Amino acid sequence: MTLLEQYAQIVGEDVIHHLELLAANLQGMKVVHVNSTREGGGVAEILHWLIPLKRELGIDAQWEVISGTDAFFSFTKLMHNGLQGKRVELHPGHLAEYERVNEMNAESLRKTLEEADLVFIHDPQPAALLQFIPNRRGKWIWRCHIDASRPFRPVWKFLRTFVEPYSASIWSLSEFAQPLPHPLYLVAPSIDPLSEKNIELDPDELSAMHYKWGLDPERPIITQVSRFDRFKDPIGVIRAYRMVREFSPIQLVLAGGGAADDPEGEEMIRRVKENAGTDEDVHVLLLPSDDHRTINAFQRISDIVIQKSTREGFGLTVTEAMWKSKPVIGGDTGGIRLQVVDHHTGFLVTSPEGAALRIRYLLKHRDQLKEMGEKGHNFVLENFLVTRHLREYLTLMHAVMFETRERIETW
Amino acid sequence: MQIDPFAVKDCALIAVATGEHVVTLRELKDKLGTIPTSCIYYHFWGGLLRPRFDDPLYQNDFAIWTWRGIHDKTLAERLAVIDPKGFKDLEELRRELIEVIEERLDENELLSWVIPSQRFHFVRSQIVVFDTGKRFSTIEELSEYIPHMSRGVIFYHLIDARRRTPLGRNDFTEWLMGYGEEHQELAMRIAGIDPYFTTLSELRNELHQVFSVYLRERRGRS
Repeated sequence: MTLLEQYAQIVGEDVIHHLELLAANLQGMKVVHVNSTREGGGVAEILHWLIPLKRELGIDAQWEVISGTDAFFSFTKLMHNGLQGKRVELHPGHLAEYERVNEMNAESLRKTLEEADLVFIHDPQPAALLQFIPNRRGKWIWRCHIDASRPFRPVWKFLRTFVEPYSASIWSLSEFAQPLPHPLYLVAPSIDPLSEKNIELDPDELSAMHYKWGLDPERPIITQVSRFDRFKDPIGVIRAYRMVREFSPIQLVLAGGGAADDPEGEEMIRRVKENAGTDEDVHVLLLPSDDHRTINAFQRISDIVIQKSTREGFGLTVTEAMWKSKPVIGGDTGGIRLQVVDHHTGFLVTSPEGAALRIRYLLKHRDQLKEMGEKGHNFVLENFLVTRHLREYLTLMHAVMFETRERIETW
Repeated sequence: MQIDPFAVKDCALIAVATGEHVVTLRELKDKLGTIPTSCIYYHFWGGLLRPRFDDPLYQNDFAIWTWRGIHDKTLAERLAVIDPKGFKDLEELRRELIEVIEERLDENELLSWVIPSQRFHFVRSQIVVFDTGKRFSTIEELSEYIPHMSRGVIFYHLIDARRRTPLGRNDFTEWLMGYGEEHQELAMRIAGIDPYFTTLSELRNELHQVFSVYLRERRGRS
């Protein structure tokens, strides 16, 4: 079965047919996506499904990965943090290394990039490639996957000089976009229902989870899946849990990746464990970042999923939970607002008290809990699966090829 | 008289950030005077084709922001009840928006100083239209196909058409009027469908219902 046929079973034939029609005018177009890693991270996850789907639709899509030195990647990590608003120190040596590595990659990718009709450059790492390909014949688009709503200005000032000459850029939310002298397209992220993170799991596998992790299958499970950082407010979640525990024997799972290279993260994990104390019903789990199946299973065995962030990018863990028909209690911030429709697919909260109140409410009103979960699933089905993401990519490919006209007729 | 078959077109919207945003209600009022009309169109109609919950509290983005950001229910309700299809063009709609906000600022001066919990970001859109290759020469065939129409098809023929056709009507009505009096009743019934305060899936059902009832009545008469 082709990939498109597999997705058709989930989203319906009409959605796939819509994509085929949209791609009809793009047949044979040479499209190159460039990022900095083949595995790990959200961008690689997207490209793993996007490239084969584009190819099935008749587009000549390919994926190139740049290589770099340790110094280069240390600097681009600084840039990433800086774009997210962290104060970082930039040294002239860093800046020179950034340009040198991009120039070196431009040399090895020159033929491919010069011949492409469309080039998508993902995130800051390969952004400087454009200036080293003066004989490019296609349009170049810079895709920013980062929440750059309040960047540390020196970092943005440095990066801006490289991304200004692009034909267009793509941002996940309008709040994240920085003014640039070209169209700023908005494409929200999505989840892949066929990936390990979201695929249906066997009931036996889910039952085994309880035993493996010491959870009681008879009592409600509340889960937050996220990195351990202060913006995800794991300590606020524990406070909410304690308030609910006075009334209901719930269990709390805080599952997230480790943060070995992040001193702040290590400190947060220590504080979370300290707050959890000896309570056997609070499960603080450090999972490998690629243990998608376990995360999938935790979301599925939960009664309610929490994402009590005080600052958030898009919040794909919310999308994942909703896809698994779970009501979500989310912080009233960032992309969570776009997904958690208050009183419909879950609740938006601004305090541990608010989270506790809504957990108690949902545990008491089981019919509502189920109804909200189903609404959330349908909301994701219509709006946040890869097929919608692909549709928007195909639409903007037309839009970029036909300049900035408001109306583009393709016949 | 030879009438061209009904040509089914589909469309997709892509949102484009303008980079313009406002913080306070007074800034929103001022900025509304200068932003391109394409932004006003997007914030009233774009919600139908972008990720959005099917049952939103309010239908347009200005009302939603006023409620969520400023927490002024009175103004949110006044903005929400503005029906864009009741205006001659987007300039007239722009003037109404400014008028409603100004009136509320006069009533409650404190609203000028409220710092909202979120900014309002102006967005416009580009529309890509493509031909599905489907052609229908009879209303029976067209009616049968309606349940299979994508949300993009419904948006293009029922909503986008209002900007394209000389009388600001939908494409179905325009096509049927080509038959003179023969299908005038059906044409008028479709023109009577309210495309606002609803979703594209509901519009598709409503359109199919109008065709089905008309065809049933016609069979009953003959």
